[in-house]
Amino acid sequence: MNFAMIITVLGWVSCFNAAFQLLPALVGLIYQEQAAWSFLISAAGSLVLGLLLLIRKPKSKALYAREGFVIVSLSWILMSLLGALPLFLCGAIPSYVDALFEAASGYTTTGASIVPVVEELPNCCLFWRSFMHWIGGMGVLVFIMAFIPLSGAGNMNLMRAESPGPMVGKLVPRVKTTAFLLYAMYFGLTFLQFICLIIAKMPVFDAINTAFATAGTGGFGFKNDSMASYSTAIQVIITVFMILFGVNFNFYFLLLYKRFKDALHISEVWVYFGVILTSVVLITWNISQMYDSLGIALRDAAFSVGSVITTTGFATADFNQWPQLSKMILLLLMFIGACAGSTGGGIKVSRFIIMFKTMLKEIGLQTHPKRVKKIKMDGHEISHETIRAMNNYLIAYFVIYALSVLLLSIEGYDFTTNFSAIAATLNNIGPGLELVGPTGNFAFFSDLSKLVMTFDMIAGRLELFPMLVLFSPATWKK
Amino acid sequence: MNIIIIGCGQVGQTLTEQLSNEGDSITVIDTDESIVDEVTRKYDVMGYVGNGATYSTQLEAGIENTDLMIAVTASDELNLLCCLVARKAGRCQTIARVRNPEYSKDAPYLQEELRLAMVINPEQAAASEMARVIRFPSAIKIDIFAKGAIELLKFRLPEKCVLENYAVKEICTKLGCDVLVCMIEREDEVLIPNGDMTFSQGDRISIIATPQNAAAFFKKIRFHSGHVRNVMIAGGGNVAYYLSKTLLKAGISVKVIEQDERRCEEFCRKLPKAAVIHGDACDKETLLEEGLENTGAFVSLTSKDEENILLSLFAQSRTDGKIVTKVEHTEYDEIIRKLNLDTIVNPKNITAEYIVRFVRAMKNTVGSNVETLYSLIKGKVEAAEFTIREKSPIVGIPLQNLHFKKHVLIAGIVRKGRMIIPRGQDTMEIGDSVVVVSRNLGLHDICDIIE
Repeated sequence: MNFAMIITVLGWVSCFNAAFQLLPALVGLIYQEQAAWSFLISAAGSLVLGLLLLIRKPKSKALYAREGFVIVSLSWILMSLLGALPLFLCGAIPSYVDALFEAASGYTTTGASIVPVVEELPNCCLFWRSFMHWIGGMGVLVFIMAFIPLSGAGNMNLMRAESPGPMVGKLVPRVKTTAFLLYAMYFGLTFLQFICLIIAKMPVFDAINTAFATAGTGGFGFKNDSMASYSTAIQVIITVFMILFGVNFNFYFLLLYKRFKDALHISEVWVYFGVILTSVVLITWNISQMYDSLGIALRDAAFSVGSVITTTGFATADFNQWPQLSKMILLLLMFIGACAGSTGGGIKVSRFIIMFKTMLKEIGLQTHPKRVKKIKMDGHEISHETIRAMNNYLIAYFVIYALSVLLLSIEGYDFTTNFSAIAATLNNIGPGLELVGPTGNFAFFSDLSKLVMTFDMIAGRLELFPMLVLFSPATWKK
Repeated sequence: MNIIIIGCGQVGQTLTEQLSNEGDSITVIDTDESIVDEVTRKYDVMGYVGNGATYSTQLEAGIENTDLMIAVTASDELNLLCCLVARKAGRCQTIARVRNPEYSKDAPYLQEELRLAMVINPEQAAASEMARVIRFPSAIKIDIFAKGAIELLKFRLPEKCVLENYAVKEICTKLGCDVLVCMIEREDEVLIPNGDMTFSQGDRISIIATPQNAAAFFKKIRFHSGHVRNVMIAGGGNVAYYLSKTLLKAGISVKVIEQDERRCEEFCRKLPKAAVIHGDACDKETLLEEGLENTGAFVSLTSKDEENILLSLFAQSRTDGKIVTKVEHTEYDEIIRKLNLDTIVNPKNITAEYIVRFVRAMKNTVGSNVETLYSLIKGKVEAAEFTIREKSPIVGIPLQNLHFKKHVLIAGIVRKGRMIIPRGQDTMEIGDSVVVVSRNLGLHDICDIIE
């Protein structure tokens, strides 16, 4: 294990975190808020820590898969710890565990909050929560790699560990260029949404926050009713962009390079849109009796479906009040999640496609046991290793899920709350059902439960294995 | 620059590593998924699985935006086909590896007619490097510059040599030889020397000189082994064929030991003058019976590195002649060097040198290009030859007034076919060939050597 290199990367993470926190400090200074100082203090602390970690130059820059996993999980833990600092220091969130939950929820783009009345938070804190979404959406290390050559070839191990999806590839040969391109597209789309929101007459501060939170598919609201009080136009814009940010970024890359044919061949994107369309139609039909007009029912259904499948977590309607069928569809969408290679969470559409094809293959094998068949997606064969890794991911997913629900149930809240709270955090969505539904929040849980969910959020964002590797004794053996 | 490499064998991987380190965007194509997976894990490159000669695979790998395609699969025919398809599919330059001796005669024709930028034959290149050291056995390694006008020779300072404890600057004054010491390897250190440094026993010293001056120098320090008249070669593959052909032409008799009967016959048919022995080269008795102890040079060219090293170690214990060893794996360079095995030739590295030089020259379409490039110590020191084509900030200024970067040495200037050992008052002029030895890898232009 190359400890020196791990420490160096963590040093960079800390320094970048300091730079990130200067932005909310600036916002605080503009609005002349006391809280700006706690951001400056926290940024200074991060910088000092980062520089201390950077003092020793590593002899070898080699990073193997093991270091990649450890670095990524440690980086995200460190980011959450440091991200919580200003929220705690300025007194907006008096308990550090609560602040940690909030920061982890921010970076992992979950959007689950423990703040009961969001409007009371200072503007710089609101901005910081949304900005964490934006950085966390595409990945902290991907961001750093776009600017600093961390380790040459070893960078791919970092990217593999941080980016979601069953098969992580690059867009162009160099990791650095790939990271840069990803952030360029990400920034471009975010900016586009910001412009659209401004045109739809959303206040500038709200528009910036909404754009950041949508881009990262995060979902921190800055009003207690989330997005319900905004105009229909704004809600439609948000719906469209939530769904766009849940698309595989490969798709945009191919469009950008005018390879339309290849872009249209990505089956994951088609399935993703298909699932959205079907769910919207079903839910609209299901809830139409509750609304005066079909149009409003469609608007709220589309917003909720887009918000849940992309794991954003904004809300315009309290879907807790909806009929059982609609609630079940939304709960299922929580598990499906967005496309691989997007900023969204969940199990990912491509995994479900592969799973479904594997299942069909197995059924075929029952009747023709000697038949040879290979699973293909987008014209490429899916290797046995990918399928094996995916199956192991699912096993790990359900083990973590079961254990987390078990730990939460100590407190004695009802089943739906516990079950959907873990679904909402492990899949990085935000709101669940019942007590943690769109109008509720997570403040009532005990510290233990909050820590469990913090772990789930980071594990879910990193697709489980980096966190499991971190806590496996075999990793630390010489 | 965007480069596609088809075939991830040993040469393909060496190239991938080198070019990726030079900062180019590399895409590799291979039919074996596990190899592609391994390469993309090891290096910062993109990988595609598929047959690189098909139009669709090349298109997928982005041939349209590629500047250079290098085909180094195991098959010559496939390599040529890859180049043909690539030329039609994109507008890139192409390099093919062609190593079958039957095609090697056609190389210039193929290059011309198929419009290839370069046809490379690693085995032939390795053989000509071996032939050079056999003809001048005092040196471990000889690299030639300016079409043979100057040579860079490496030799190991023998015991009780007059040169011991000499300072570098005394070579000129005390011995009266026109040679320039450009690199000293002492144990694990590599030094680019200044005038005050002294030699000690066991140093590996690289000098630069004209062939005549080098011969005179070795005579002066009484380190001049006589001419090699007979050579024994273990293994009868392609390298052995090319080497035998060159040596026979120079009037040196060749004895080849090969285990495979059919290969023996084929070898014999192609080169009737060579003595072909059908026997196991790893068998001690066979070697001794065939006169290992009296051979002028022993070259081990079997397909296994371990065998080659063992054979050479054994030969070294039995003969005072020149020992040449072919080693394919570069990873264990440092350990092999400690064995003091005389000359070691690595065909892969030679190929990589050729292609890297080509790539650097391609990137630098204007200005003073890299003409020749040798990696003296892999990844640490390289020697590059530049031809100065046009007016640049370094032309006409005495060397002592130029601010060179650290670890850069102007090792030789060739003007109108004559070598100048560079001193402080000398200048570089348009039309000169300049040899630079440096630790700053990746020099593209002669101007890169100054601050």
